[in-house]
Amino acid sequence: MKRILVRRWICSLLMVGSLVSPLYSLAEEGVKLDHAPVDTSNLPSLQRGAQHFMNYCMTCHSAHLARFDLLEQIGLSKKQVEGNLILTNAKIADYMTVVLTPKDAKSWFGVPPPDLTVEARVRGADWIYTYLRSFYRDDQRPNGWNNRVFPNVAMPHVLWQLQGQQVLQHPGEAESLVLMQKGQMSAQEYDQYVGDLVNFLVFMSEPTRGERLHLGIWVLGFLVLLFFAARALKHEFWKDIH
Amino acid sequence: MDKLQTDHGRRRFLIGTTSVIGGVGVAALATPFVLSMFPSARAKAAGAPVEVDISKVEPGMMITQEWRGQPVWIVNRTPAMMAQLAKNAHFLSDPGSDKSEQPEACKNVPRAMKSHENVLVVVGICTHLGCSPTEKLKAGNEGGMGADWPGGFLCPCHGSKYDMSGRVFKSMPAPLNLKVPPYVYLTDTRLMVGTDKKGT
Amino acid sequence: MMSQMMGWIDARFPLTKVWKEHLAEYYAPKNFNFWYYFGSLALLVLVMQIVTGIFLTMNYKPDARFAFASVEYIMRDVDYGWLIRYMHSTGASMFFVVVYLHMMRGLLYGSYRQPRELVWIIGMAIYLCLMAEAFFGYLLPWGQMSYWGAQVIVSLVDAISPTVALWVRGDYVIADATLNRFFAFHVIALPLVLVILVFLHIVALHQVGSNNPDGIEIKAKKDPETHIPLDGIPFHPYYTVKDIVGVVVFLMIYFGIIFFAPEMGGYFLEENNFIPADPMQTPPHIAPVWYFTPFYAILRAIPQKQLGIAAMGLAVVIFFLLPWLDKGLVKSIRYRGTLYKVALGAFVVSFLILGYMGTLEPTLWYVNPVSRICALVYFGFFLLMPVYTKLDKTKPVPDRVTS
Repeated sequence: MKRILVRRWICSLLMVGSLVSPLYSLAEEGVKLDHAPVDTSNLPSLQRGAQHFMNYCMTCHSAHLARFDLLEQIGLSKKQVEGNLILTNAKIADYMTVVLTPKDAKSWFGVPPPDLTVEARVRGADWIYTYLRSFYRDDQRPNGWNNRVFPNVAMPHVLWQLQGQQVLQHPGEAESLVLMQKGQMSAQEYDQYVGDLVNFLVFMSEPTRGERLHLGIWVLGFLVLLFFAARALKHEFWKDIH
Repeated sequence: MDKLQTDHGRRRFLIGTTSVIGGVGVAALATPFVLSMFPSARAKAAGAPVEVDISKVEPGMMITQEWRGQPVWIVNRTPAMMAQLAKNAHFLSDPGSDKSEQPEACKNVPRAMKSHENVLVVVGICTHLGCSPTEKLKAGNEGGMGADWPGGFLCPCHGSKYDMSGRVFKSMPAPLNLKVPPYVYLTDTRLMVGTDKKGT
Repeated sequence: MMSQMMGWIDARFPLTKVWKEHLAEYYAPKNFNFWYYFGSLALLVLVMQIVTGIFLTMNYKPDARFAFASVEYIMRDVDYGWLIRYMHSTGASMFFVVVYLHMMRGLLYGSYRQPRELVWIIGMAIYLCLMAEAFFGYLLPWGQMSYWGAQVIVSLVDAISPTVALWVRGDYVIADATLNRFFAFHVIALPLVLVILVFLHIVALHQVGSNNPDGIEIKAKKDPETHIPLDGIPFHPYYTVKDIVGVVVFLMIYFGIIFFAPEMGGYFLEENNFIPADPMQTPPHIAPVWYFTPFYAILRAIPQKQLGIAAMGLAVVIFFLLPWLDKGLVKSIRYRGTLYKVALGAFVVSFLILGYMGTLEPTLWYVNPVSRICALVYFGFFLLMPVYTKLDKTKPVPDRVTS
């Protein structure tokens, strides 16, 4: 019940708040990105991240190249996925689409929220990690929020109740973000929250990443073995050549 | 090139070793390519078990449900149809379904679960060359099958005939009875095709 | 039994003859060094690209609506699809790495010189064909870089003739029709031409025999009885076992990239290409894939559009003339004088800098000036070659190869 209320609240906020802004305007050069704690073998973190993704991101963003059964790969059962994580009447074999049509999205936000399936490969984990922690209050913006990493972004600060409200102090060379009003979480808890979410985004952008790294060690090990055999064979034959 | 100094034993050993390791490597490299041609995760997800509501299937009626892209027939057989089954045995090539594919619980004359013997669930794919047979449920000449037709199915491709349990008649191109897929009754009127377990 | 069967085949097909002529009794100079691995490696990569390409085609959809999603489908849903795709995307870049090193070998040891002019020209045709193959293939993932890269390159044609550009695209912008025809070129037309050219390249090479790091013709000194070159050794088994070592080392690097850095820091797979193509929105910074950037930098460095295109075209085509531009008395860098060594060094450095400049945003103040200087050096290397190779003080060439 509470979750539905939050979702409704976010949607109305987004609808009222956002106006036109260029989608792919790059991050301002020079904003130092924080290192995201990515570990796609950490299943509890991925599960938490998946939950956060479903609760917050998927109200507007789709991940339409992935199906919900992706979540079975991070240790969740079909029952858990269909019971707790899918917030619509979608089934586990369905793609992670949103009800929001691109046309509506465009009229509400100015730009359609990008699909997030492979977003972590577009932006990089560090960028998303820093971005989600760099919103600040800005009355100049139609939705009341701005972002240090992505100036004049169309997306409002969806997680502000968790993080609280930051303001930008000393804009310019020595600018910094300061927490003005506390949120439900401490700074540390919020960092972990965003970290889990980013970890899940990284996993979703390349679900085979773990398998890739694992298999790679075996392949390279095998090639080392083959190398020694091939080198010995070469030396043996080249004894003929003077 | 001084042939006298060549250690042929060592040379043969090294050729053998390198060939074996290299051969293992080539086989290992070929494996992912071969595996990539099996059904993908998407195809598997789409081929997941499907739920069917059979409450509206009156006696003598048949419905078709898609499962893994194949037609699955569900027939509610009348008592007359059921009575006919035992009489067919003499004309069938595998009356006991010994060579045919079905869940263990369906290896009987009606080829159905004991709890719902009248309900036939079969994959509607001819065991000859994969065509989908046509329903000729009514006995007798009504469907142009001749006066002695006991009711069943006729494959349009090469004329294989099956009875109302999906068992193939003798001297037909098809070798085996129609396949019975795994299925399970969730309730008396809802069944799940594609699995034999209730939970999943 | 075995020899009977071989006899049966040989009466109908020159199997033993081909085996002997091209492997067991093909005499290669015994002094091949590091630079001589890249020919066989290029062949290996060609085969791998064809095999992985065939398997990608089984799941890829050349349709603007489905292309991007079908690539992600391969990456996510097809068993080991990710491996096959990474092998193909990494293979594309590695193909150019290997081919550039192979060409560098030619420059070092004068492998393009008489009597190997045709080997060189066919090789350059392979290189051109490979560039086209890579260009067409790059559109297929239908990401933003795919789309805008193709848009920019086809617009170059537009500068020459708008009608031709329209004909190439089959639409007013890069669109579904373009994707479909690029797919046709990429998966059948060009691979076919490539394979034929590679075959001709090897036939021409085996007609004249391989060059070597000393630039000496080994056929000049033969054993009076056997007529085998004194400095020649049979390609098989000596170079087959040696090339196998090279192949294994190459595979370590190749699979190292595939498994541990498939994007190669955005050089092999670009970040923006994970955004589906959007004809309404150009990404803020677009650059071609790294293997095209030297030529792209030359294009950008010249402020006039038609001239820029002409310079870029010339930068590639001028390689064809190399056998006739070089007037040096010796082939190998080992016996050349300082002039050629300096010229080649300057050329390599300018080529690398151009490549780097091509990846940078053109708004940086130094990109165009640096590119222009490097372009001058690049063309100077070729155009002044008849002069400096003639003036160059060469060293005496030994009779037999050195080891």
